[in-house]
Amino acid sequence: MIELIKNPNINFLGKRYIAFVFSGILVIIGILAIVQIATGRANLGIDFAGGTAIQFKFEKPVVLHDIRIALENGGLKDFDLQDLPTENKILIRVKKEEHELGQVSDSVTNILSQKFPDNKYVVDSTTVIGPKVGGRLRADAAKAVAVAVIGILIYIAFRFQFKFGVGATIATFHDVLAVLGLFYLMGREINLILVTALLTVAGYSLTDTVVVFDRIRENLKIKQRESVEAVMNSSINEVLSRTIITSTTVLLTSIALFFFGGEVLHDFSLAMIMGVIVGTYSSIFVASPLVLVWGGKRPFAKK
Amino acid sequence: MKKKILWRLILIGVTLILAVVFFLPNTPAFQYMPEWWQKNMPNKGIVLGLDLQGGLHLVFEVEGDKSVEITTERYASALKELITKKNLTADVNVSGLNITISPPNTEIRKVVEDNYPVLAPVETGSRLVYRISDKEMSRIKDNAVDQALETIRNRIDQFGVSEPTIHRQGENEIVVQLPGVKDPKRAIDLIGKTAQLEFKIVDDDTKVAAELPQSISAGDEENLLKQFAEKIPPDDEILFEKKVNKETGVVRKIPLILKKQAALTGDLLSDAKVNIDTRFSEPYVSISFNAVGAKLFEEVTGANVKKRLAIILDNTVYSAPVIQEKISGGNAQITGSFTMEEAKDLSIVLRAGALPAPMKMLQNVTVGPSLGRDSIEAGKMAGIIGTLAVVLFMIFYYRFSGVIADFALLLNIILLLGAMASLNATLTMPGIAGIILAIGMAVDSNVLMFERMRDELRAGKTPRSAVDSGYDKAFWTIFDSHVTTLITAAVLFQFGTGPIKGFAVTLSLGVAINLFTALIGTKSVFDIINIKRELKKLSI
Repeated sequence: MIELIKNPNINFLGKRYIAFVFSGILVIIGILAIVQIATGRANLGIDFAGGTAIQFKFEKPVVLHDIRIALENGGLKDFDLQDLPTENKILIRVKKEEHELGQVSDSVTNILSQKFPDNKYVVDSTTVIGPKVGGRLRADAAKAVAVAVIGILIYIAFRFQFKFGVGATIATFHDVLAVLGLFYLMGREINLILVTALLTVAGYSLTDTVVVFDRIRENLKIKQRESVEAVMNSSINEVLSRTIITSTTVLLTSIALFFFGGEVLHDFSLAMIMGVIVGTYSSIFVASPLVLVWGGKRPFAKK
Repeated sequence: MKKKILWRLILIGVTLILAVVFFLPNTPAFQYMPEWWQKNMPNKGIVLGLDLQGGLHLVFEVEGDKSVEITTERYASALKELITKKNLTADVNVSGLNITISPPNTEIRKVVEDNYPVLAPVETGSRLVYRISDKEMSRIKDNAVDQALETIRNRIDQFGVSEPTIHRQGENEIVVQLPGVKDPKRAIDLIGKTAQLEFKIVDDDTKVAAELPQSISAGDEENLLKQFAEKIPPDDEILFEKKVNKETGVVRKIPLILKKQAALTGDLLSDAKVNIDTRFSEPYVSISFNAVGAKLFEEVTGANVKKRLAIILDNTVYSAPVIQEKISGGNAQITGSFTMEEAKDLSIVLRAGALPAPMKMLQNVTVGPSLGRDSIEAGKMAGIIGTLAVVLFMIFYYRFSGVIADFALLLNIILLLGAMASLNATLTMPGIAGIILAIGMAVDSNVLMFERMRDELRAGKTPRSAVDSGYDKAFWTIFDSHVTTLITAAVLFQFGTGPIKGFAVTLSLGVAINLFTALIGTKSVFDIINIKRELKKLSI
């Protein structure tokens, strides 16, 4: 039998205040990110902000700087460029659609064909999102997050006591905010696919928390004489190897996606990797301590 | 006990066979199956989403207000005729949605309200102002969307796209999905063009006509219109003809002063075809009017010999030939230095008819076929590597039990693909991510059980009872943890757009099937082993 740690007996709850400080910082960054998103200062993807994104695949290598100059001379304003040099791909994004939808993509393709006549390209993808659709997608994303949180809260409250529900929901929120905050700090794009990843992270981290809570509930029934804190600690230790192993397998697949899954899923898998790590941490260090702090000493009797 | 296991094995066997049958169309093996199989057995399989096979996803908004304006104008001119016919005199003017009639008198009021009950009075004081009633307005708008949908469907049918999806969304939007289109720009132009064909008489007799410049450079139209806004007669308007110099590519605009009232419109067409001009070998579109149109065309050309007749599509003049003589027979030509493709597309939109109102593009997501192929390859690669990593890890950590978990994982993957194929679910790029993540999460149930079994073994139980109580104790935890993932997947399905819906589908199917393979599959293997001979030691 290979075991990660033989009979672990770590005092996780004793370290709760260190964890609270650390998590507090993560959450504050996350809230800051939300404020920045709401006020339009974050790096929103065009699916939320509206605009045009075109990805070109050239036959020969291109210099990003040349393309920037060509587009600027062609009269294009307010755009950003990104490249995937290994595949001769460039991504042009123009936010704020001032013209009729579709005109930007026409003028960009015209400029590139004129300025780089001997480097043929194919248009890999074009995405044009009008402000109306952008607003709707933003609203839908916000609604999705709200409904998911409420659904989770209801299910956990139904299966567990209410304070566990609150603990689990806050821990889940913590994970989502942490990943969002990290994405914001890294200056990566906040888009629909990130929201998808965040909701998946929420589902996953909740699973982790539920496993811990299940064991706590079971042990509270058996070990009625021990203090709640001691029961929680032993429960977390009991499920520790499961928590780590499951996180490892999900991490393995997320890492495979990150390195081999192609550019479309790059940010998605990055968010999953961060989410799995934060989610594992929070199910150990955040969820149970929260219930303990919130719930006081002993109204934990069985349900 | 034995019977129970037998039933479980049959259940697994049947689902496995079904999964393979359903998924077969997605494998190369399908084309080697006998013909009766290909015809009668499931033959669609998993459908690739637009992001994987390439194609267009377009959302248009039908500008219903314009359609109300057009209808208002039509009512106004019919009203004008009616008033003249009844030997009454009144000024009928349209501004926006209002029809203003002055001077007001009860007789005219009666004529209007008797004949046009859909016009609701807004003002009845010193002048009469009418407006289409709110109820009728929403009916017109609604109708415009339906009509636009029908027209777009016609155009796409004639353009020739396999398996397009065209549907209405909400109050005034139309969603068009065209998989595998090679020339997205052409398709967008074809769908989005209003294609309002009009014939208008060029008003060369008016004084202003002589003052108009020969041609102006493209972009100066606004200025010219501003300059002449006050000078042109109220019944006239200025539109432009586009002339491209074939050698230099320079675009010039020729202003033309026209009678506002169209002499004929495109709804009187019966056919439109592409022909080639033999002299310049240049394509043009020949159109034929229906009986009513042909008669009208004959009248109009007869009454305006030696004048110019402008052929206008969506407010751009294509040509303005001089009418040499009365034209009967109802045939005409639209020339305008088209390429073959342009001429073909023009004939399509003319045949399919005009949109009842202009459309605004709200969203355009176009994916080229090469990106789709790259994505599929990348997804396969990530899937294989991710699965291998998990499989090896499980064997490394749980030894023989890990092999059993891997068997369950394999079963899980096959059933997931089969389930998706049976639903003809759409696989998108995020959907691939969902499958790969589901693989990572799938072993969780087994991990939960194995850890429980280890606990039981540590507590000194025999392998058999360790297996049994490990399962029993882990059940609710597994159940709870699956439901939470299902909740988020359901939410994503509800609120997500196409690609993300695909993710929600694969993830939730993956999780649900996982419950089945973990609780039925793995357990059966352990039970079979236990029946053969009581295990002394559990390799876990």
